[in-house]
Amino acid sequence: MSASMLSAADRRRPWLLLAPSLITLFVLMIVPIGIMTIFSFYEFVTAGVEKEVFTTANWHEFLTDSFYHMFLWKTIRVAGITAILCALMGYPAAYCIAMTNYKHKWLLLLLLIVPFWISFTIRTFSWIHILGEQGVINVLLLKLGLVNEPIRMLYTEGSVIMGMIHFLLPYMILNVYVAIEGIDRNLISAARTLGCTAWQAFREVVLPLSLPGLMAGLLLCFVLAAGSYVTPQILGSTRDALFGNIIFDTIMDELNWPMGSTLSLVLLIFLGAVAAVYSRYMGLSRVLKGLSG
Amino acid sequence: MKLTTTKRLERLTERYMNGGLDRRAFLGLAAAAGATAGLSMRWMSQALAAVTEVRFDGWGGVVQEAIDKYAFQPYTAKTGNKVTQGTFGDESEIITKVKTATPGEYQIIHSSGVEYYKRYVDGGYNSEINEANIPNMKFVMQAMIDPFLKITPKLSGVPYDYGTTGIAYNTTVISEAEAKEKGAALLFDPKYQGKIGGYGDMTTRVWYAALATGQNPNDIKDIDAVWAKVRENRDLVKKYWSSGAELMDLLAKGEIVVTDAWSGRVAALQQQGSPIGYLDPAGSYAWMEDMLILKGSPMAECEELVNFMLDPATAIAVAEGQNYPPSLDPMKVKLTEKIAKMPAFDPTGTMKSLTFADPNYWASNLDAWTKQWDRISKGG
Repeated sequence: MSASMLSAADRRRPWLLLAPSLITLFVLMIVPIGIMTIFSFYEFVTAGVEKEVFTTANWHEFLTDSFYHMFLWKTIRVAGITAILCALMGYPAAYCIAMTNYKHKWLLLLLLIVPFWISFTIRTFSWIHILGEQGVINVLLLKLGLVNEPIRMLYTEGSVIMGMIHFLLPYMILNVYVAIEGIDRNLISAARTLGCTAWQAFREVVLPLSLPGLMAGLLLCFVLAAGSYVTPQILGSTRDALFGNIIFDTIMDELNWPMGSTLSLVLLIFLGAVAAVYSRYMGLSRVLKGLSG
Repeated sequence: MKLTTTKRLERLTERYMNGGLDRRAFLGLAAAAGATAGLSMRWMSQALAAVTEVRFDGWGGVVQEAIDKYAFQPYTAKTGNKVTQGTFGDESEIITKVKTATPGEYQIIHSSGVEYYKRYVDGGYNSEINEANIPNMKFVMQAMIDPFLKITPKLSGVPYDYGTTGIAYNTTVISEAEAKEKGAALLFDPKYQGKIGGYGDMTTRVWYAALATGQNPNDIKDIDAVWAKVRENRDLVKKYWSSGAELMDLLAKGEIVVTDAWSGRVAALQQQGSPIGYLDPAGSYAWMEDMLILKGSPMAECEELVNFMLDPATAIAVAEGQNYPPSLDPMKVKLTEKIAKMPAFDPTGTMKSLTFADPNYWASNLDAWTKQWDRISKGG
């Protein structure tokens, strides 16, 4: 009897330990999503006023209005470019940190985290002083006589992507670093012993084994970039807006909460689908299968 | 702010003496006040003391600094009551916050005039102020009060200042003669492509596009022509700014050389020595701001603060600090020379020289036009 009571307590323990997380998730995620879902079926009356009647008008508008489709596609494109550039820039950096023999490796990792000590908004604003017409680059180019008039770099799609890379690169490097750091060095030594060149050892051993980290970094960068609205707001022109900015304007400018909720759910569903596809096709299982084969 | 029991009783006596309260009601209320004072416990006084501060939300930057320095700080020094402050860059932002907050969380808003006043009323956030508690309202121009009365017979706010959104230009690039000759057409001049700015707000964009197409902004006959002009401007613009601070930054750094701009912010730039000129073209967009008291606020305390802000000495100091003329009637209050020189200042107190947005006309088009502007601004 005592054993069965203990068993019941044991069964409850994981739930008790998980309870704070589950309650937090429920209150801060499930409930708001539920409220947004309800709002998406309300009727917009005028700015800041909605009627609590069931209507599918907002969903119909999203599905039939090419304006929203265009911005969803644009968001996918910009987020995709950002994630790929983060991977191209982040992988070599992560590889170097992981493989270095420098005894103070912690210092390199600390440097990666240092940007997080400064406010994200301030870091984004700092690009105005670098890319602006009176910014460091233009002033330097003008003084060196390389250009006759300032080059337009700010308030473009390029400056938005650059701002997002600035914000997302540490996430990519950390993900890849953890993956490379976890690789058994004996495998690389074995590959070299069996005749692989350094490049072949990297291509055949390090790269496949670090793919989970790279993919996780790509997913993280893509999702965060696709949901971004502050960076395009600060570094882009209105034409460089992403889907997040459309949501922001619908809610904050038009005060159209039903439509804003609908668009928020669309982005949530889309990013959720991307994560699901990653998990199904690009996740660890594929890499592990490759290894076992 | 907490009103003392003595002050409450003084007001009660005053109402009774003025005939606003019958003897029976007066005695009843006085007895209730006495019983409350006699039976009050420690926690009660603490609860009452909680209303020793009022929440104010404004536009930030030099404008709010002036209000804080010349109104709130002296008010706190005089009464010991604090004014908690917040800021917003766009009034829709604060309306969203008000909508999600519990009544009373946001109390006094430095609202940008009649069009927005209607939004608060539509949302049911307006209160009814007791003008008897704001005796300094007698100094306010009637011409500024009337538009609000057309929306609600009982006011929810008090007009406080006014200004214009005119044309600001960099004098090192654009001469005064060129600015005067072209006026609002500067915003559509291809010569300055990539160096033009503008307020990213539907009303301002439509207003100037209407002027550029030769239409009355308060009675637009051909809205398609206006949208075409808005698109034309969009393709020339480098950046639509979204706050006064951003406007000043863009102009000061030379990122833009011409933009529509808030008169007070330009005056602040000029005082800082920036080479910026300003002109109000014919039909320039004029607006008035009010101190709006929201539903659920501690009314007596908010009214007392607003009354303090409307005191001529305070209002003049604030006006000089924020570079916007006060709502005080120049026929009733002697204003300073500095105020008389401010852009948009109306010495007659009738406001007839300024063109304000017709609140009913703009309110009836607000939703559709805001949506269309949001699309055009993003390339639509």
